[in-house]
Amino acid sequence: MTSEVADSAEGIAISPAADPGFLQRYGGTIEYIVIPGAALVGALGVFGIFVALFGKNPFDLYFYMYQGAFGTWFSWQNTLTRAAPLILTALCTALPAQLGMVIIGGEGALLIGALASTAMALAMQWAAPFGVQLAMAAAGIIAGGLWIMLSGALRQYRGVNETISSLLLVYIALAILNHLVEGMMRDPTSLNKPSTHEIGAANMMGSIPGTDVHWGLVFGILAAIASYILIYHTVFGFAARVAGGNIRAAKIVGLGVGKLVMTICFLAGASAGLAGMVEVAAVQGRTNANLAAGYGFTGILVAFLARQNPLAVIPVAILLGGIGASGGLLQRRLGLPDASVHVLQGIIFIFVLASDALYGRIGFLKGKS
Amino acid sequence: MADGGIGLWTVPLAVLGGAIRVSTPFLFVSLGECITERSGRINLGLEGTLVMGAMSAYGISYLSGSPWLGVLAAGVTGALFGALHAGICSLPRVNDIAVGIALMLFGTGLAFYLGKPLIEPTAARLPAIDFGWWSDVAQVRAALRINVLFLFGIALAPILYWAFRTTKWGLLIRTAGESADAARAMGYSVLAIRLRATMVGGFLAGIGGSFLSLFYPGSWNEGLSSGQGVTAVALVIFARWDPMLCMWASLAFGGAAALGPALQSVGVTSGYHLFNAAPYILTLAIMIITCSPKRTLTGAPAELSITR
Repeated sequence: MTSEVADSAEGIAISPAADPGFLQRYGGTIEYIVIPGAALVGALGVFGIFVALFGKNPFDLYFYMYQGAFGTWFSWQNTLTRAAPLILTALCTALPAQLGMVIIGGEGALLIGALASTAMALAMQWAAPFGVQLAMAAAGIIAGGLWIMLSGALRQYRGVNETISSLLLVYIALAILNHLVEGMMRDPTSLNKPSTHEIGAANMMGSIPGTDVHWGLVFGILAAIASYILIYHTVFGFAARVAGGNIRAAKIVGLGVGKLVMTICFLAGASAGLAGMVEVAAVQGRTNANLAAGYGFTGILVAFLARQNPLAVIPVAILLGGIGASGGLLQRRLGLPDASVHVLQGIIFIFVLASDALYGRIGFLKGKS
Repeated sequence: MADGGIGLWTVPLAVLGGAIRVSTPFLFVSLGECITERSGRINLGLEGTLVMGAMSAYGISYLSGSPWLGVLAAGVTGALFGALHAGICSLPRVNDIAVGIALMLFGTGLAFYLGKPLIEPTAARLPAIDFGWWSDVAQVRAALRINVLFLFGIALAPILYWAFRTTKWGLLIRTAGESADAARAMGYSVLAIRLRATMVGGFLAGIGGSFLSLFYPGSWNEGLSSGQGVTAVALVIFARWDPMLCMWASLAFGGAAALGPALQSVGVTSGYHLFNAAPYILTLAIMIITCSPKRTLTGAPAELSITR
């Protein structure tokens, strides 16, 4: 506790230099690429040893992973389709991270967003497809945004830890989804897999012309760029980063921390909610338990691997989407279980977190810390 | 009550039986997490440990024919996962909550990977003790078929309560959890204390997993755990880090989870999923009620990252 007081005193004295965004922009950029890159290579190495223990050739593994992820135009499209929701759910963790908050509830906001957008589409069957899609996106954004804003509000006004509350809300969202899908919103003809009614083929979002990749990818990239501009090139983003660096200093200089927390959390949840809308309107066509495919949890990994930088989220999501896309080929060619993708994701996550200890310690990358 | 049918008594009986069966994994995971969190660290990865425990227990029981060896293997696997968590967390600037999430993904992934060949075969199950021999009613007997692990878990709660208060290890764990500086000043290594506390926590969580695969539901498949590990971590917060309250909360949450299927059997079909979410809703409610911006959760170890 005493150290915190000392911290804040220091923070006021040398506020611009102590701001982590300042360092992020002007120093250590190489470090932010080299260390996560090394963690990724290390994780791939360990995964190679792991499959070698099961008698598979690790070089075959890397070859098929590349083939399945980026080898052909077909696999590129598969990769990009998977990257779209990952960009959006990663923003759900990366945006609050600017405020020093650890939100891990992207999966919950995705599910609530999907549910709300499906309900909206089913209520608007009379309208033109474009209007339906617009209303669906609005419903997903608002529902997801409010869902994560709840965690933010609990943090701000009740002191409830946002990490735990957002995780609890994932399971509450899943329960609400299952409850509605098996009850009120159930399509009676969906026997084996309880689902809602279909939103209708006309209301489905199309693909980007010339590809099989749906428009969700464009939404994701636009959202990531907008987040980047918001965080690094607006006064609002600057205030958020100041508050994230030192919340007491931010309060002393008169920043409205409550407003920052609520807005950032709404945007974070809105982004994950949009991912839910995209999954319904571009992939599933209805809401059912399939939506809880773990995009929200993989999104957390993307955000950490991207060092919570909204722009870096895009390539990292494509990389992780590629790993997901290669799962099928690994299963067919090497006979690896479908869970191997999750094992690799877990190993990458562990390496990335452990590599946090390396920052500022590699002499030749950074003179002083 | 007319003889033959037991009518509405089905529901409380099923809830009782469910409370006993469903609560056992909650009991072990929450008591384990209680030890870990009392030492000042939170391990959110116990969901992964639980599933790994279930898988290794089933595998070893199948290969050796002895379910008790399976339970032991589950505990050892859990302790290894605990050591991994503690090892990464002892590096500087590493967020223990994020490590927990990573281990949750890694543990479930690894369990499904290694457990793929175990879905088909049948392993030896843990035996049950028939406490309902005195009754003629089938439902009573079913409710009172109790596994020994449940009794161990129930016995463990008061033992932990006592150990936290009076034993040297209990006091050391609490010191590390309340003030790392104080533990250091006494000449103890906080990291070593937390390593052991996390390993014991993992050991217990692994045993909780073995109950899932070797007794109830008593099989291995990828849908075995529906988030019981996360529930149990939430439950520790709900129980304010008190082992005895952990025990009562485990029983209550087990009963709540059994209420849905019990009501279904008498024709009330809605609300099943909402009952399953009761632990999450109640934990959130208790956090909202007891927290305020000025003071953190009462009873929380001061070093815990979720209270700072």
